Amino acid sequence: MNFILKMAWRDSRASRRRLVLFSLSVVLGIAALVAIGSFSANLERAIEQQAKGLLGADLIVTGRAALGEDATAYLTGMGAVVAREVSFSSMMVFPTAKDLTRLVNIRATEGEFPFYGDLVADPVDAVARFRRGGAVTLLEETLMRQFEVKPGDVVKLGQTTFTVVGALQKLPGEASAISATFAPRALISMDALEGTGLTAKTVLVRHRTQLKLPETVAPETVEREMRRRFRGERLSFDTVAERKRNLSRALENIEGFLSLVGFVALFLGAIGIASAIHVYVRQKITTVAVLRCLGASARQSFAVYLVQGLALGVFGAVVGAALGLLIQIALPHLLRGVLPFEVDFFVAWTAVGRGGLAGLVICVLFTVLPLLAVRKVSPLVALRSAIAETTGTAPDPWRIAIGVFIGVAVAAFAIWQTQSLKNGLGFAGMLAVGFATLGGLAQFIAWAARKWFPRRLPYVARQGVANLYRPQNRTVLLILSLGLGTFLMLTLFLARSTLLNEIQTSGGGARPNLLFFDIQDDQIEPLAKIAAEQGAPVLVRAPIVTMRIAAVKGRKVEQLLGPGGRGETPGGRRKEVRAENDDGEPRGRRGNDGRIAGWTLRREYRSTFRGRLESTEKLVKGDFIGRAPAGAAVIPISMEQGLVEEMSLQLGDEIEWDVQGVPMRTRLASIRAVEWRRLEPNFFVVFPEGVLEGAPKFYVAAVRAATPEHSARVQRAVVSALPSVTAIDLALVMQTVDAIFSKVAFVIQFMALFTVLTGVIVLVGAVMTGRFQRIRETVLLRTLGATRRQLTQIMLVEYTVLGVLAAMAGGLLAIVANGLLAKFIFHLRPATPPLELILAVVAVVAVTLTTGLVANRGITSHPPLEVLRQET
Amino acid sequence: MLKVQRLTKTYRTAGGPLTVLKEVSFELGAGASLAIVGPSGSGKTTLLGLCAGLDQPSGGEVWLAGQAIGALDEDARALARNAHVGFVFQNFQLVPTLTALENVLVPLELRGDGGADVEAEGRRLLERVGLAPRADHYPVQLSGGEQQRVALARAFVNRPKILFCDEPTGNLDGDTAHAMVELIFGLNQEKGATLVLVTHDLDLARRCQRILRLKGGAVVSDEPGTPTEHAGCTEGEKT
Repeated sequence: MNFILKMAWRDSRASRRRLVLFSLSVVLGIAALVAIGSFSANLERAIEQQAKGLLGADLIVTGRAALGEDATAYLTGMGAVVAREVSFSSMMVFPTAKDLTRLVNIRATEGEFPFYGDLVADPVDAVARFRRGGAVTLLEETLMRQFEVKPGDVVKLGQTTFTVVGALQKLPGEASAISATFAPRALISMDALEGTGLTAKTVLVRHRTQLKLPETVAPETVEREMRRRFRGERLSFDTVAERKRNLSRALENIEGFLSLVGFVALFLGAIGIASAIHVYVRQKITTVAVLRCLGASARQSFAVYLVQGLALGVFGAVVGAALGLLIQIALPHLLRGVLPFEVDFFVAWTAVGRGGLAGLVICVLFTVLPLLAVRKVSPLVALRSAIAETTGTAPDPWRIAIGVFIGVAVAAFAIWQTQSLKNGLGFAGMLAVGFATLGGLAQFIAWAARKWFPRRLPYVARQGVANLYRPQNRTVLLILSLGLGTFLMLTLFLARSTLLNEIQTSGGGARPNLLFFDIQDDQIEPLAKIAAEQGAPVLVRAPIVTMRIAAVKGRKVEQLLGPGGRGETPGGRRKEVRAENDDGEPRGRRGNDGRIAGWTLRREYRSTFRGRLESTEKLVKGDFIGRAPAGAAVIPISMEQGLVEEMSLQLGDEIEWDVQGVPMRTRLASIRAVEWRRLEPNFFVVFPEGVLEGAPKFYVAAVRAATPEHSARVQRAVVSALPSVTAIDLALVMQTVDAIFSKVAFVIQFMALFTVLTGVIVLVGAVMTGRFQRIRETVLLRTLGATRRQLTQIMLVEYTVLGVLAAMAGGLLAIVANGLLAKFIFHLRPATPPLELILAVVAVVAVTLTTGLVANRGITSHPPLEVLRQET
Repeated sequence: MLKVQRLTKTYRTAGGPLTVLKEVSFELGAGASLAIVGPSGSGKTTLLGLCAGLDQPSGGEVWLAGQAIGALDEDARALARNAHVGFVFQNFQLVPTLTALENVLVPLELRGDGGADVEAEGRRLLERVGLAPRADHYPVQLSGGEQQRVALARAFVNRPKILFCDEPTGNLDGDTAHAMVELIFGLNQEKGATLVLVTHDLDLARRCQRILRLKGGAVVSDEPGTPTEHAGCTEGEKT
């Protein structure tokens, strides 16, 4: 053992700098894993410590109407402290910003909410001033910045002018960055609400009752009891425990995903190490042979280099872990605003150990693979170097076993991180496909360079091309590292382009790009007139009638939901489907019969009636009936295909509706596919004409504004005449999607950067390794009279070819990945902006060439003999 | 000390089996010296490798210090080499990352020996070959002749019963080669080791007690050399 350690140390003398460089390949991957793991532990502890602050109350009850008398009496009877909040969206007018308008989320509050955690505003006395009541408001900080509003300025909501007392910075349980993007919050006091005149005409109002319960009462008991006793009120409940569960689940998903990104960096680094060690071992064959001649056993010789490999792994793991902790300090700053709570830094040693160990294991496995060749070195090599070329060519069971083990380890890690067999295997499979594609391309390049060798080109070009296929070429390694880095970065970029592009094109041409909501029956004509006067005639108008499902196929909703049915999840309608599905609700949640999703029964439907299909719709099945037959008892309706699937309906199935107190029997006559992403009024349920005209209804209308200024003008004109009408501008939607995507993408890109930097390190390693491989040749060329310029040109040719092809391959893979994401995840047409793709390829080539030039600098600028003495 | 019986070595090649050594037999007593000569490709180095246990024969057997090494696995042969054999190679084969002294000490350290005594032994041997002041130099800092002297010191550090030399002067100039030869034979005499050397140099070969001539893998002659009385070698006249 003594000899092994001593020899390992002494043998590494000339190569320590190189070994450190090799180990740097895995440092970033390990750093990423440690940073994410430790930060997640910080988050978990923060969630645990600030649990009650996550909700601000013990229990929050939400409904479409104010809590009924019985329910209120039940709560006050048990000694609960009650606070109330009424929220809805409305247009706010900013007189200090030329009467510009913006959709905001009004929160009218009453009581001492939050009971736990703090309501934070700037300046500090703003909260106290707000609590005193009156026509004052706390505005979302971003909103104040956007419209350059200062405390003391006024804003208009409906018929009331409010004085802004400060900027809302934190409300327990809510992430400001997320809530601020679409409809920024504006807090007003309940007593000022009525004066605005908005509630009377606003349709989508949410009533929240926030409760502080006596210590002896469990929130879950109250929730159960209220679900049982007040089922008719269709309430939803939020408890600290559930909020914690949801948060933890979301964070686990993010952690899993980011860990996988980090793992790709680690994996790439490990490939770099394996490749470098492969070359390193080749250089050590004679030394090993001499040791064998002098009496070292195969095991001893192997152990000497295994010790070096282990040291390299330990070094990488320790440095990686240290770097990971540094990055961990930065992560809360990157995620500021996305997280609904404060995160205190502490070192989670378990996570550090886990990340370091994962890195060490992968590093050692990839190191051992090429090191196995040491066992096969014959002592005869000391007598005849030609024998070295024939060593290690026979299949080695150990090599196969370790190869298989690496495959299993990668898949197991992916499954562990994604917590899903399917996703984990999918990830490992994708990685394998990516590697196989890039590896195959590299082999093809080498083959093609030999097959179609450019004999007529000048010497330096020929030499550069020949380097692509000659023994010990770097083609595979460089194509893999550069290609994979490009692939990951570009996929993220293209996904973002796809999303934004779709929104842009959806508002292109003559399509509507400004949508008005909450238009009362008596407001639709004035609105149409105002819009037309402003040069933006109403293109689409749709009446909306709110209704609930009363029965499906003869069974009452109460029966289908059964006791303990859960309330509606807030959010957009597509999101509602996803939110509940992603919640991982057991199938049993789909009603008692196990087939109908609960949310479809609990929600309030905003249906329309019309005589034809819109351009955003396509008939999938059945006949669209535009006009109800006179005197029909059962009305033929059309439903959206996703909803039909969620409700397990067939054509002809009967659904009974509760249209604001009036029962109405319908049958499913047709199924439509709807392009939800188009900024036009779309509906789950469309009734024929001739049925709902008499029902209380409101409207949505869509217009097209030519420019942002035009849009602002139209909005201003409409809102000043009809304050309760709200508007959504396409620009606002784009801004929202971009803001959310940017936040998330920044974190993802930050992690992907690790992969790219690892790629650069692997590249430097590969260039350095190549330098050792080709030192004699380069020196020989210099001795024979090659100039520095010629040597540099040879290298430039080689790296240009590799850089261009790797970047193109990475780009192509990214286009495919983006295509798959667009088709299966976003359900959009993928965007492939050609200019950006070309720029990305150019950038990758530039990085490759710069790295190559810097790493090769010494070799071309020193006298040949000096180089030989130093490097050998 | 070394017994070789019907030793055969055949390689599998793309063009069919290639026999490079055909039923070679000889025996060498303790302290004796043998030179193996012959043209390039005659099987000299293969024979040396098989005698030293660096490779396994296709047929026949080698007894090294009384031990049949053909049946041993590679690790057992390595142990036998460490215990009984010293090597001097044509291209010196010093480990480039070790100093001269560390190179010399490798065989002892492989046995697990260490400490001041071992280091002193290494330094004594370096002094014997005239390189004491260069003990801490790396191979690249030494000339070819100096490197070969370090290799010789390494070959004797484990007190080998038999010393194998493969073209020990092949990479050295005339004067350096001459000095080297004197050292090899001088040390061999001092330590009482058996000497087997492969060479193209007939003058060097003649200084051994026996000369085994190979051609096409077979022994074509086995004749006595003209060694001096004490050293087992002559004074080294050149032809």
